[in-house]
Amino acid sequence: MSAHTLTTGENTQPFSLADWWSRNQRKVIPYIFLAPFLLSFAVFTVYPAGVALFLSFQRTRGFQQAEAGGGVVLEYKGWANYERLLTKDKRFREAMINGAEFWLGTLLVQMPLALAVALALNSPNIRFRVLGRLAFFAPYITSAVVVGWIFRFVYDQNFGWMNSALAQLGIEGPAWIRDVNFVMPSLIILGLWTWVGFNSLFFLAGLQNVPDDLKEAARIDGASTIRVFWHITIPFLRPVFVFVVVTGGIGSFSLFSQPYLLLDFPNTGPFDSGLFPLMYLYDMGFLNIRMGYASAIGYILTVVILIITGMQLLLFRLWKV
Amino acid sequence: MFKSERKSAMGASRVNILSMNTIVLVGVLLCAIPFVYMISASFRREGDLYKLPVTVYPREWTMHNFHTLFDKTEYVRWYGNTIFTASIRTVLGVYLAALAGAAFAKYEFRFKRFFFFLVLATLTLPFHMLLIPLFLLMRDFGWVDNYLAIIVPGMVNAFNIFLMRQYIEAVPGELMDAARIDGASEIGMFHRIILPLVRPALGVVGILTFVWTWNDFLWPLVVLHDDAKYLLSNGIATMDGPYEVETGAIMAGSFLATLPIIIIFILMQRQIIAGLTQGAIRG
Repeated sequence: MSAHTLTTGENTQPFSLADWWSRNQRKVIPYIFLAPFLLSFAVFTVYPAGVALFLSFQRTRGFQQAEAGGGVVLEYKGWANYERLLTKDKRFREAMINGAEFWLGTLLVQMPLALAVALALNSPNIRFRVLGRLAFFAPYITSAVVVGWIFRFVYDQNFGWMNSALAQLGIEGPAWIRDVNFVMPSLIILGLWTWVGFNSLFFLAGLQNVPDDLKEAARIDGASTIRVFWHITIPFLRPVFVFVVVTGGIGSFSLFSQPYLLLDFPNTGPFDSGLFPLMYLYDMGFLNIRMGYASAIGYILTVVILIITGMQLLLFRLWKV
Repeated sequence: MFKSERKSAMGASRVNILSMNTIVLVGVLLCAIPFVYMISASFRREGDLYKLPVTVYPREWTMHNFHTLFDKTEYVRWYGNTIFTASIRTVLGVYLAALAGAAFAKYEFRFKRFFFFLVLATLTLPFHMLLIPLFLLMRDFGWVDNYLAIIVPGMVNAFNIFLMRQYIEAVPGELMDAARIDGASEIGMFHRIILPLVRPALGVVGILTFVWTWNDFLWPLVVLHDDAKYLLSNGIATMDGPYEVETGAIMAGSFLATLPIIIIFILMQRQIIAGLTQGAIRG
């Protein structure tokens, strides 16, 4: 018949795409299913990552003129952007320190609180389980913009609810977001409100994995409640602790919307006390139009976050049950 | 002896129950206060908000702030924009995540492990770090001030793929083999066997995507510049600027923007929490 005919003995059949498809679809279909992901990964991750790497070694000028049809001026500067960020740029250093402080504050206060809430929600005979879950989780799903606004008003020195509540206790409240010493505590309190409930859900899920018969057996052997908690419950929660530490770290260095609204960006609090790395990236890239410099910030942040993620593995290895 | 021991255990646990209930109740109260402020401020006049002593309830209830919101700002439009983009992104995102999840859960193919590694890699790499080049890309595509910029770049989400894979793994392979013998196509099976069986998972992934899109601020801030195109988050964030509206109106806008999310959460509490805590605990 035609050139497409496959001559394999007597069962000579014309080659048809439909036929080939019905025989091979099982092999081909996974690639088709994955095509959107792979395409999206190539276009929106790999390619931009390459562009960012290229830009981070350039001094960029003229993006504004480019909007009007002019050219963008790129000037190769080698490691200059990185060198400047890591050694000279005080604002960047401040932003990184703030990120670390927020992370530390989160760990020290948030984790114990989240664990306490989870223990409470996990105990039998608790009354307001459904209400509790709703109330503890609602802050997490509320828009960060809304949260930032609410707290900006709540922290108002004269008319805010925070200081009114403190006044009831006979304490004269500080200026919160206008006081260099209180910007970070303001943010940490906002963070507690947002994330304690959310993290407690992970602890709660972890607590439900602790086998009851193990605890029972230990108790029969005469172990006190505290010992049971310390030697059985806590080790079982290990993955939750690691998860909370790591996601807390990533979240702290990429905090943006909450301080943006709370401090009324481009204000970043007195003496940049509320400046976070991602805000600085935005500031440099979009307000100062220094795209190359901002790309370098992006890369340094990526490395920091990769290190934090890597800590996950390290923590698991160090903390063996 | 046994009896007395039991009695003391019960006594201890009564104190325990009381303290546990107290922790939960205090926590609930602390979580609620900022919401109470928001709602209360929505129904107050500005003078009432900035008057001492501070009160929990409005001295005089008013709808004034909602009128300001609807008459003086583009609030209604922002609301519509947000529902529109979040819905499209959710539907497409869920469908595409299910496709990729099915490939990983139900098929053997070359480079499977490598591709899965790519999914995990994007899971850890924060999207925000590519803010600058992604913005430049959107500009090159002509997508600035276009909802394609909101819908497309984050549409195929690694976390969603990961979740869908977990759920689809539970779909029995025999069911698919039987369908194959009956001559079903692979795409047909995806639509007629896999999707119906993982419907709860589609709900979870859908809600998470919807809420995330509803709340996202930074990316819309970067790619939407025309205030008629704004989503709720940029709209609310800039309300003190060009519109010069007051605290009450900002809180009213925040209240209305939060309402649907809270309602969705109340209706789907169990599923959302199960979806979020999956994977994290497996360690």
